[in-house]
Amino acid sequence: MLEVKDLHVTVDGSEILKGLNLTVNPGEVHALMGPNGAGKSTLSAVIAGKDGYEVTSGEVLFEGKNLLEMEIEERALAGILLGFQYPVEIPGVKNIYLLKAALNAQRVARGEEEIPAPEFMKLVREQLSFMKMDGSFLQRAVNEGFSGGEKKRNEILQMLVLQPKLAMLDEIDSGLDIDAMKVVAEGINSLRNADRAILMVTHYQRLLEHIVPDRVHVLVDGRIAKSGGKELAHELEARGYEWVLEESAA
Amino acid sequence: MASQEMEELVQREYTQGFVTDIESDTVPPGLDENTIAFISNKKGEPEWMLEWRLEAYRQWLTMTTPSWAHLDYPPIDYQAISYYSAPKKQEDKPQSLDEVDPKLLETYEKLGIPLHERAALAGVAVDAVFDSVSVTTTFKEKLAEAGVIFCSISEAIREYPELVRQYLGSVVPQGDNYFAALNSAVFTDGSFVYVPEGVECPMELSTYFRINAANTGQFERTLIVCDKRAQVSYLEGCTAPQRDENQLHAAVVELVALEDAYIKYSTVQNWYPGDEDGKGGIYNFVTKRGDCRGDRSKISWTQVETGSAITWKYPSCMLRGKDSVGEFYSVAVTNGRQQADTGTKMIHIGEGTRSTIISKGIAAGRSDQAYRGLVKVGPRAKNARNFTQCDSLLIGDRCGAHTFPYQEIGNSSATVEHEATTSKIGEDQLFYCQSRGISEEDAVNMIVNGFCKDVFQELPMEFAVEAEALLNVTLEGAVG
Ligand SMILES: Nc1ncnc2c1ncn2[C@@H]1O[C@H](COP(=O)(O)OP(=O)(O)O)[C@@H](O)[C@H]1O
Ligand SMILES: [Mg+2]
Repeated sequence: MLEVKDLHVTVDGSEILKGLNLTVNPGEVHALMGPNGAGKSTLSAVIAGKDGYEVTSGEVLFEGKNLLEMEIEERALAGILLGFQYPVEIPGVKNIYLLKAALNAQRVARGEEEIPAPEFMKLVREQLSFMKMDGSFLQRAVNEGFSGGEKKRNEILQMLVLQPKLAMLDEIDSGLDIDAMKVVAEGINSLRNADRAILMVTHYQRLLEHIVPDRVHVLVDGRIAKSGGKELAHELEARGYEWVLEESAA
Repeated sequence: MASQEMEELVQREYTQGFVTDIESDTVPPGLDENTIAFISNKKGEPEWMLEWRLEAYRQWLTMTTPSWAHLDYPPIDYQAISYYSAPKKQEDKPQSLDEVDPKLLETYEKLGIPLHERAALAGVAVDAVFDSVSVTTTFKEKLAEAGVIFCSISEAIREYPELVRQYLGSVVPQGDNYFAALNSAVFTDGSFVYVPEGVECPMELSTYFRINAANTGQFERTLIVCDKRAQVSYLEGCTAPQRDENQLHAAVVELVALEDAYIKYSTVQNWYPGDEDGKGGIYNFVTKRGDCRGDRSKISWTQVETGSAITWKYPSCMLRGKDSVGEFYSVAVTNGRQQADTGTKMIHIGEGTRSTIISKGIAAGRSDQAYRGLVKVGPRAKNARNFTQCDSLLIGDRCGAHTFPYQEIGNSSATVEHEATTSKIGEDQLFYCQSRGISEEDAVNMIVNGFCKDVFQELPMEFAVEAEALLNVTLEGAVG
């Protein structure tokens, strides 16, 4: 589904990703780990199409299509959704309005009718209660005044409504207390199915206890230094990242 | 028409007094006392009105254009402007909205608000000004039942001379400023509203202004008087087709609120802003002022300004009555080469007076805008309170926004708060929306509309919808 091949990316003149390779297949959950500043957020931002990142060489394919030539919204409409580490506040824009606009953009792109209001409300209310969120969230401005945990739940709510093919989550666990973590993890687990892939960026093993990954990658210094199964996460938790660096340098 | 002929005509018709039959005509360009007499005569005005105009004209001659606004435009040749133009034939005038210029209807349809729907909207009366002369007035009977007078200012001068004479110029005197003086001398039409004591106007009053004939200045005069405990909500909106030459628009709006009266005045302004270089746009120099004359009276200005090449406009409130309230909610959007210098003045004169100012400026393209606000608290205005919030949003990096808050506080018991922010439309906000599949243009509209929410929610419902659509049309192509 997603193929990243020898990707080199520079930001403000310095190379951040230095030949990164990654393949994610439908139905798989991948965890991307690695020390601070390794380039994890950079990778998810480049896949989503954020400005300010210069791809100097390499390819990113999504279902065989060259992602790097697509606009941000085209990527989203193709089925890629990025859950932000720090979701931005948009004053005056109701959460429900953004959700509906996003869902309708998808439907229109697929040549479908816009969703009828009652159907939309039903859908949203179901997902809302699944995320243990109060109905008032819909009427509040996007992320405005939301606590850290509320913002993260809201990101998952969007995923549940928009049903992406590839869900990328950048440190969705940061700033969550245990209860919120459970809710968020349940939300993500409910997204798991044979057609969907999930790429989770995380620092901690903790999240991976709730969402057991199929593959774990360690991103160090702009490259995937090591990949393995879920046990790799345990090892990282116990031993840190240093040994991976040394191993890959050797 | 030769000037001698005209003079004769003026003499002849003037001595006849009231002339109701308005024949097709456009006065040749130029301005002198004859022109003014011609207009006054065309309108069938009584002598005091002509005298009033001439006084204004004589004051205007001694004045110079204000130079302090943050605007840049070539000098206006007042002799090149034609000061009167009427529809060609009486029978050509639209008698109902169905007969309104399809172009105008088209514009509204593009905005998603077909005009004919508006007429059907219960509670909205329409008094459209086409090319200087009121032609469409509806719902008159229902208003008459309530005792509300809603007619063109020309008609009011003829039919209700005492009321007009009592209040005209009582808020904006003839010599108030350069453009107000010019307007007082040559105004050709506008609306008059009188809501009698204790009456809540049964519907929203709505006027559409449109500039039509090439090279014709527009000088509307609007006077709204709310007697004790009366209430009215007045809507003003306008569109204009493309023009080649800059057009001057110098309107005057006067509001008078007596004891416990409430006037809500909402404007959606969408005049032609000119092409990318600013050529051909409307110059909009407006004097709008409300007088909270009675105790506990309230005047609320809400405006959405998206048009014009140049806007110079400061709807203001004179808070004379004890515990009177003034409000100003404004969204100004500039794109391309537009220039806008807008703001408000809240003059606290009476005790316990309160005012609120919420101004949202959005600048895109190579446009430039300034917010200029004065909060003045007089020595008698004990416990006066003002809250000002003034936010600017920049789209792109070739536009500018400036804020000039002035405060003159003459009473130490006053509370005056001012908050101001300037932000660039967030790359992060755009990315967030786009990464949800929303196009850049829709994302900009969404963010901008969100930014304006506090003001839009003050607009009457149908106007709010229109305002959002207008904003989107104005910002087309602003990003990317
Ligand atoms: N917009 C940017 N401008 C400059 N440097 C950046 C920018 N984004 C990321 N970087 C740098 O790129 C490196 C990788 O950052 P990031 O991808 O956020 O790492 P991670 O998510 O793995 O912690 C860091 O050294 C960071 O400082
Ligand atoms: Mg990161």
